[in-house]
Amino acid sequence: MNRPPVDQFSRSLAEETRASVRNASVLKTASRLPTLHVAYDDVDAARQTAAEIKDYTLDHLAELLETFEQQAQKSGIQVHWANDAAEAVEQILEICKGVAPDGCTIVKAKSMATEEIHLNDHLQQAGFEPVETDLGEYVVQIDHDAPSHIVTPIIHKNRRQVAASFTREGLGPYTESPEDLAAQARAHLRSQFQKARVGISGVNFAVAETGRLVIVENEGNNRYSTTAPPVHIAVMGLEKIIPREKDLGLFIRLLVGSSTGQRITSYVHFVSGPRRADEPDGPDQVHLILLDNGRSKAIAGPYRSILRCIRCGACQNACPVYRQASGHAYGHVYSGPIGAVLAPALEGVERLGQMAKASSLCGECEEVCPVRIPIPRMLLQIRDEAQRASGSPDAAWIAYALAATHPREWRTGISVLPILGASPVSNPMKSGWFEFRELPKRRGRPFRRWWHDRH
Amino acid sequence: MKVRLMLTCLCDAFYGEVVIAAARVLESAGCEVLFDSDQTCCGQPPFNSGSWDSARTIARHCLRVLDLDKDDPLPVVTPSASCAAMMREGYPLLFDSHTHLPVFELGEFLWNHLNVRSWPNARPTERKIAFHTACHGRAIGLGNVQQNLLASLPGLQIVPFQDADQCCGFGGAFCATHSAVSAGIGDEKLKNVLATGVTELVSGDMGCLMHLQGLIDRQGLDLKTRHYAELLAEAVA
Repeated sequence: MNRPPVDQFSRSLAEETRASVRNASVLKTASRLPTLHVAYDDVDAARQTAAEIKDYTLDHLAELLETFEQQAQKSGIQVHWANDAAEAVEQILEICKGVAPDGCTIVKAKSMATEEIHLNDHLQQAGFEPVETDLGEYVVQIDHDAPSHIVTPIIHKNRRQVAASFTREGLGPYTESPEDLAAQARAHLRSQFQKARVGISGVNFAVAETGRLVIVENEGNNRYSTTAPPVHIAVMGLEKIIPREKDLGLFIRLLVGSSTGQRITSYVHFVSGPRRADEPDGPDQVHLILLDNGRSKAIAGPYRSILRCIRCGACQNACPVYRQASGHAYGHVYSGPIGAVLAPALEGVERLGQMAKASSLCGECEEVCPVRIPIPRMLLQIRDEAQRASGSPDAAWIAYALAATHPREWRTGISVLPILGASPVSNPMKSGWFEFRELPKRRGRPFRRWWHDRH
Repeated sequence: MKVRLMLTCLCDAFYGEVVIAAARVLESAGCEVLFDSDQTCCGQPPFNSGSWDSARTIARHCLRVLDLDKDDPLPVVTPSASCAAMMREGYPLLFDSHTHLPVFELGEFLWNHLNVRSWPNARPTERKIAFHTACHGRAIGLGNVQQNLLASLPGLQIVPFQDADQCCGFGGAFCATHSAVSAGIGDEKLKNVLATGVTELVSGDMGCLMHLQGLIDRQGLDLKTRHYAELLAEAVA
């Protein structure tokens, strides 16, 4: 049987991995609402305001980006517009080659935008040595793995697996203590920070009004990556703009609370350009790569509101399918509910529309989304578009619709359905059902007969 | 008050008792129940599967049979938040309209429209149940009205369990196309229910319960599923 990829992947998933994903997701979901309630009596009203600000931003994106660019340039940030992944990679390589023509160590802080453009592969091919410095991303890198969550890249691993990887890499004696493991990574990464000539980061928010970049993190690796090397390159999807400084309070609280259940992260960075003449440290150059890569097209299309997304990962944490199958099951950098809409919206429904099938449409994702993205509705719309794009009519549902519009035939069909279900006649729906479940049996009297006998 | 009862395709095929119970509860709450035998399905199965043309064909039939295409239609009541959500939230997507149809889930109708808060002649019972909150209640803002109605029955105790409001994994055709994921989600649900020691699992949507009962039967678990309308009818009708 030709199974959909998410279901197929889930079958091969180790129970240990499933447990890691599930336990962490459940914990993070549980801490989300209580944390947000500390800041907001009416969390839904805060989410609604954030949604409206993001909608305003998408409505006025061209002018906000222009304002942002002017402000950023004033403070010395060099802004590069990249239409697609290839252009972004080219721009980044050019900057890196300008610093170190013969290659160098590049420290990277966590960034989904760089995952999206598969930057590490390109850097390596060009002779550079990118080192991931976020603890989770570092484990991903040394394990030749891929992030399975947009905020917690190794949500699929437990501490024993991390310990084994660190021992294998010679970071220190085997230990399962999180503190000791962090200390081992810290000692190893410190030398990388010191020799790196370029630091690459993502961006959480870019404020149009002032041209400032805002980055949240907990480990301090981002601060080190963006301040110690002489060149800082930030990579950002162009929808990450927010209009005003005063919007930041709302967005940072919603992002962090929805994401990790914290009131605030350990670090919140405001990048306002390279080191000034009177400042003792900081990079000599700050570059911002403004990545389009399908976003402008998506904003003009039916899935526009997916670009409200602030990448908190709450929908992944809350999703029963994600919890069961893990992020890798989706086969894309963006996984879970957000991925199932964002990936087809950016790269085309005809190519990736099938991702939208991996959902029970339970609605949990929309309920936890800090910017109220109607994900379930868009999953349905993508399914419709994908079906139409396939060009072949869906014979089974056409037949079903025929039956459902002919009441007499319907009644006959319904009355024999429980018998048909038990017959050896097979079909994909039945075999999919029967693999794990007994077939339904009729319970008690049919309603139609009861009604008829009564009247 | 006159109401039109909507049977739902699953109850039509398998679970007639649930709709019989719904009809009796509505009558004991003072409603005159009407039923049109030409009704079939709300169109949700093809809608969720992306076959919207087929869903539209069925939706038009459903609107006609339930008189929802006329002015001032009677309220339609159905023992399924899933079907109610399809008609209230799904039809506007199908037809690109903003019409909000007067279609209500049974408990929603009893609680919000008939203001039922207690049952004067309810027979006392001694039972502990687990209540699974079906997801489609979210789409129509159902809240806890089904649990509230049950909790108002004398002697009935709802035992809380972990992740009671997490999806059961049914998801319509999803449960067959993604059968391993679906069954895995369902098993989590059953594990959490069994941990309470309760042997009766109650919910408001037969889609969830058909799927969960199928898992229960396959694994021979000591658990039986009931629709809450059946419990209400046993106590008050």
